[in-house]
Amino acid sequence: MNTANPPVPENCSTVGVVTVENAVLSARGVDVYYGEKRAIKDVSVDIARNQVLAMIGPSGCGKSTFLRCLNRMNDTIEGCRVTGSITLEGQDIYDRSQDVVPLRARIGMVFQKPNPFPKSIYENVAYGPRIHGLAADRVELDEIVHTSLQRAGLWDEVKDRLTQPGTGLSGGQQQRLCIARTIAVNPEIILMDEPCSALDPIATARIEDLIDELREQYAIAIVTHSMQQAARVSQRTAYFHLGDLIEVGETDRIFTNPRHKLTEDYITGRFG
Amino acid sequence: MNKAEQTRARVEAGLKRRYAAERRFRAYGLGAVLLGLAFVVLLFSTLVSQGWSAFRQAYVTLDVQYDAAIIDPEGTRDTATLSTADYAALVRASLKARFPEAQSRQETKALYALVSSSAAQAVQARILGDPSRIGGHERLTFLANDRVDQLLKGRIDRNLDEDSRSLTDQQVGWIDALAADGALSLHFNKGFFTQGDSREPEQAGVWGAVVGSLFTLGVTLLLSFPIGVSAAIYLEEFARRGKWTDLIEVNINNLAAVPSIVFGLLGLAVFLNFFGMPRSAPLVGGIVLTLLTLPTIIIASRAALKAVPPSIREAALGMGASRIQMVMHHVFPLAMPGILTGTIIGMARALGETAPLLMIGMVAFIVDVPKGLSDPATVLPVQVYLWADSAERAFVERTSAAILVLLAFLIVMNAAAVYLRNRFERRW
Repeated sequence: MNTANPPVPENCSTVGVVTVENAVLSARGVDVYYGEKRAIKDVSVDIARNQVLAMIGPSGCGKSTFLRCLNRMNDTIEGCRVTGSITLEGQDIYDRSQDVVPLRARIGMVFQKPNPFPKSIYENVAYGPRIHGLAADRVELDEIVHTSLQRAGLWDEVKDRLTQPGTGLSGGQQQRLCIARTIAVNPEIILMDEPCSALDPIATARIEDLIDELREQYAIAIVTHSMQQAARVSQRTAYFHLGDLIEVGETDRIFTNPRHKLTEDYITGRFG
Repeated sequence: MNKAEQTRARVEAGLKRRYAAERRFRAYGLGAVLLGLAFVVLLFSTLVSQGWSAFRQAYVTLDVQYDAAIIDPEGTRDTATLSTADYAALVRASLKARFPEAQSRQETKALYALVSSSAAQAVQARILGDPSRIGGHERLTFLANDRVDQLLKGRIDRNLDEDSRSLTDQQVGWIDALAADGALSLHFNKGFFTQGDSREPEQAGVWGAVVGSLFTLGVTLLLSFPIGVSAAIYLEEFARRGKWTDLIEVNINNLAAVPSIVFGLLGLAVFLNFFGMPRSAPLVGGIVLTLLTLPTIIIASRAALKAVPPSIREAALGMGASRIQMVMHHVFPLAMPGILTGTIIGMARALGETAPLLMIGMVAFIVDVPKGLSDPATVLPVQVYLWADSAERAFVERTSAAILVLLAFLIVMNAAAVYLRNRFERRW
């Protein structure tokens, strides 16, 4: 299914092209308020299939806040209010009729700090399919766990200790377990909130390779502090500054030829 | 002197003072711990030294003639006759046969007082058990009177003047004679652990109060755990923060500090007078103690729920778990150790609670061991209160012994708390 992209508001001040051809998730004129404070200002951007969108920007620029709006994780924060529209294949996810439970099954999330459940490795991956009733029987569930762990590149390391607690793995393994857990419910979009910030360079490299592989099947949005990481894993990059989406574009173009002054200052390391 | 040396000199000058402060603090802490320990040791040693003797009891062995003329003069052998016969007369007769020198009315009365009034029931039980024993004789062991018991345990001073002790010289003589031929000695006091209360100290047991406490605590646990935990989960995980939740929170914290007697008055007014529930019943006691323990359980459970890291909640919600799934699958199991600890602390408090139970009639003198939730009953701390209030010398040791039983209960509960906490503890 490919619906026409929703129109971008006319007063959109973002430099670059915010829309893409095969968008799966479209944000239009999104504002986020924490109480009185306006944390995100009028952000419009598309997330495309089989593509990684990196969101960069200095600390406190609202990139994580924006990411958490995309699967309504901000619902849990008291006093947080979202206006504007975010549409998943033409359907507004903030619509009254939209149930967050199936929404989050379609838009999975990987967090900054690896947060496996304090249960066995198997149970961690099986949890999603179980609550959503994706497996008819144990054989099918085993199969889902197997393929998910394999796709997350963790199977060979854990196949002999599936019953051991997921919290006993190393940081990088835990994060891959969280990714396996997320893809076990077969989402359409995966949101990643600085997934490597707690990991060492080797574990980071593995996750980055994994993101590149996952792109073939999912739309991915990743928040990162590291510009090198954004350059390595993403095809499009969005630069946030104090709640504004300053510039969006092809990653290569953003890093080689930024059009906005703020973007240029940031990627050349003048602040951040 | 350059800047770095200056800094170092200042740091070193202050070092001594800093370490002294640390040593002082350690000494205070150690002192506090030792003081606390000293009081615990004092408590236990007085309780044990006072109460230990209650676990042994004086028993008299007498040769009892089952005299047909007294039990069943008409020879009918029907149960009605057998159960109303004057068995006390048989006991009196056997005492008389053992000490024929007691002649005057006063002397025989003093003699008969050596054996507990429960002896007649013991004889009756033998006869009802097998009526063919009538006409024969048998050596039976009876409870001795509490004063005999106290004399044997050295709690009645035999060197005192006759007028100022509760046994006459003649009685002391008889007691010594019985003890000399092995007919009077101290044995394990089984009755203390199997019987209910009694006016006669030697017959008074703690079992009725133990069962009453078990029933009462059972009701309290069954009501307060689900209610308290549900309330805590609702307040912590579902309720919107606002004026109302703040108000509820303040009220719950206040309730935890309300004097327990107030809950007793509430129970009296609401459960007894309005709902007409039975007086002195463990059911009502349990409900009243539920009101008392609820704040403790709610506060502890909320703290335990709050301590579950938010990352686990996010992980569950991010997977598309509904709120109740998030709570039931992840947050609640992780909070379980804390919730259990809070619950057991609440239960331990309920176990030791006396005042509210006085108001709903659990202070009544109850001989029978309760068989159900609506039977009149008393509980251990109330039993301690009742015995501590009794005049007889022998109740002193029983009071201490009952406290020991209560403490044993508490130790078992706290051990269970530690065990459960370790059992449910999960690391992440």
